[in-house]
Amino acid sequence: MPSNKSVSDAPITQFINCRILREHQLQRDDLWVREGKILDPEKLFFDEQGYADKRVDCEGSIIAPGFIDVQINGGYGIDFSQACEDVCSGVSFVAKKILEHGVTSFCPTLVTSPPAVYHKVPPTLQLHDVLPQVKVHNGGSHGAGVLGFHLEGPFISLEKKGAHPAQFLRPFKSGDISDLMEAYGSLDNVAMVTLAPELANSQSVVRELSQRGITVSLGHSVANLSQAEDAVKHGATFITHLFNAMLPFHHRDPGIVGLLTSDQVPAGRTVYYGMIADGIHTNPAALRIAHRAHPSGLVLVTDAITAMGLPPGRHTLGQQVIEIQGLHAYVAGTTTLCGSIATMDMCVRHFKQASGCSVEEALEAASLHPAQLLGISNKKGNLDYGSDADLLLLDEALNIKATYISGEEVWRKEP
Amino acid sequence: MKLIILNDYDQASEWAAKYIRNKILMFKPGPDRYFTLGLPTGSTPLGCYKKLIEYYKNGEVSFQYVKTFNMDEYVALPRDHPESYHSFMWNNFFKHIDIKAENTHILDGNAADLQAECDAFEEKITAAGGIELFVGGIGPDGHIAFNEPGSSLVSRTRVKTLAKDTIMANARFFDGDLSKVPTMALTVGVGTVMDAKEVMILITGAHKAFALYKAIEDGVNHMWTVSAFQQHPQTVFVCDEDATLELRVKTVKYFKGMMHVHNKLVESPPSGK
Repeated sequence: MPSNKSVSDAPITQFINCRILREHQLQRDDLWVREGKILDPEKLFFDEQGYADKRVDCEGSIIAPGFIDVQINGGYGIDFSQACEDVCSGVSFVAKKILEHGVTSFCPTLVTSPPAVYHKVPPTLQLHDVLPQVKVHNGGSHGAGVLGFHLEGPFISLEKKGAHPAQFLRPFKSGDISDLMEAYGSLDNVAMVTLAPELANSQSVVRELSQRGITVSLGHSVANLSQAEDAVKHGATFITHLFNAMLPFHHRDPGIVGLLTSDQVPAGRTVYYGMIADGIHTNPAALRIAHRAHPSGLVLVTDAITAMGLPPGRHTLGQQVIEIQGLHAYVAGTTTLCGSIATMDMCVRHFKQASGCSVEEALEAASLHPAQLLGISNKKGNLDYGSDADLLLLDEALNIKATYISGEEVWRKEP
Repeated sequence: MKLIILNDYDQASEWAAKYIRNKILMFKPGPDRYFTLGLPTGSTPLGCYKKLIEYYKNGEVSFQYVKTFNMDEYVALPRDHPESYHSFMWNNFFKHIDIKAENTHILDGNAADLQAECDAFEEKITAAGGIELFVGGIGPDGHIAFNEPGSSLVSRTRVKTLAKDTIMANARFFDGDLSKVPTMALTVGVGTVMDAKEVMILITGAHKAFALYKAIEDGVNHMWTVSAFQQHPQTVFVCDEDATLELRVKTVKYFKGMMHVHNKLVESPPSGK
């Protein structure tokens, strides 16, 4: 039965026989979608006397908001930071592949890179730059949506540079927009910047970025707690892969980790923190400490590298040969870990199992929390009326059965 | 009048739901023949709605050819307010069954002209051929719909100011804040319900025992508006043991003695055609 023409002609889909995650709880209810948005069926009934055109039997599945990965460096043999011929198709390729892991939108992450990677340069120079090529766009059958880049570095600590190349790290010279422009060329299509708050002049940069709606994350840093708190007061809202690439927790100065229980966070604000819950990069006990101290700020990230999604065995990636064994990616012939290869759905399952949290909490750590962090929870990360119909069908054990973007099925597990 | 006495609330709800189910089935509704059903809100009918939903899901009954008319709605409460009777009906009944939106009728408490809205409601009932079965609950003061004590027993659908007792009782649904509780409602009249071919009143709990006594053992009285149904040719009261506490032993024994007859009315659905 078509809906009332005066409001919309678009077909209406009703997902039935499911439990939907709404108001922090799995509820037995149907989910209605029209024009890519979640529809209030009560309004439809009373205002439009409308009906569903199509019913999807979910066979008892859980329906959760699509996952949002705010830190992913690549996967399936592709490294977003490698300025190659066609970075656009690389991002698109990964965007398509991560649909099966329940990721419906993400922030492609660039580690500290030479200026050419960020900058738009004259085409005559034949340098292939990354930033200007990939624009923020919605997801669909072509792949997960791009919410904007996460630029991790180059304004980070030499001491905690991790795998970032030291020669490209930068200080803030003036502490204004010119520093950012010099490094990145443009802030269009940038969603998040990870920086070290102990760098001189960082506070004004934090303010500048926050005012432009760009999320500021603290990481790759040796900041003490008061430096971290200052950055939060100036607008920083995120911690990049908690525990990794920062000072270890010390009871007399807990450092950035101390932000989880700080009393200096301005009222009404939440500090979120990224957690690589692959069972390797964060010890489950450390994960539990963070989760119990500050459950509402936990954001699951994969921090996945090139090797994510590749089969076990040896692979040549750029200059490096790596060997994948289970969830471990080693520099071939060694036991040196060379990054995370966990997928988002694995992280959700591991987080639930390791923390003993509820299904709802595990799902929200990969959906609601990152959306709140990015300030897009009015349309993503939840199944509220009016939100984008980016959603997942999952079984009891949180395996993905199907992925939808804007109400359209974009991936389904082979029967 | 029939008085059906069950052991507890759940059994009373089930009996009432089966009775409604059978009424619909025996009516054999179709595209040219709609079954018209009057419906209440409140905590009493919840169990009955749950059972009806169950019967629908089991394929025992369909509401495709059923038209519903609700008894009442608050004035000036937003329709999507969780305490509105629109929300109640959607969440507790309509969303779970196959009824069509255009066949449901609930008074619009936000209409520009409230009395015109009430008059139109009466006309819609008439146009639908009158109500086959009007289901109602009552308040502890014996009010049916929002026909508070003292309401005319021949009243029609209209605007009513709520009794202080009702407003106080409702405050718990509005954060305990009296100022948020609606003070007026649109309600069908006693006369509107009296016009139905059949009326079924659900009464459960000890706090309704005195109202049940007033309804069936005392005289017709506008201070206990439910007592008007003593003059209705076809009324069935469905209650639990607790609600009979103020009745005479003789009354209770008489009607309990009839249960084996009355239970035939709710036996498994007549073979569907």
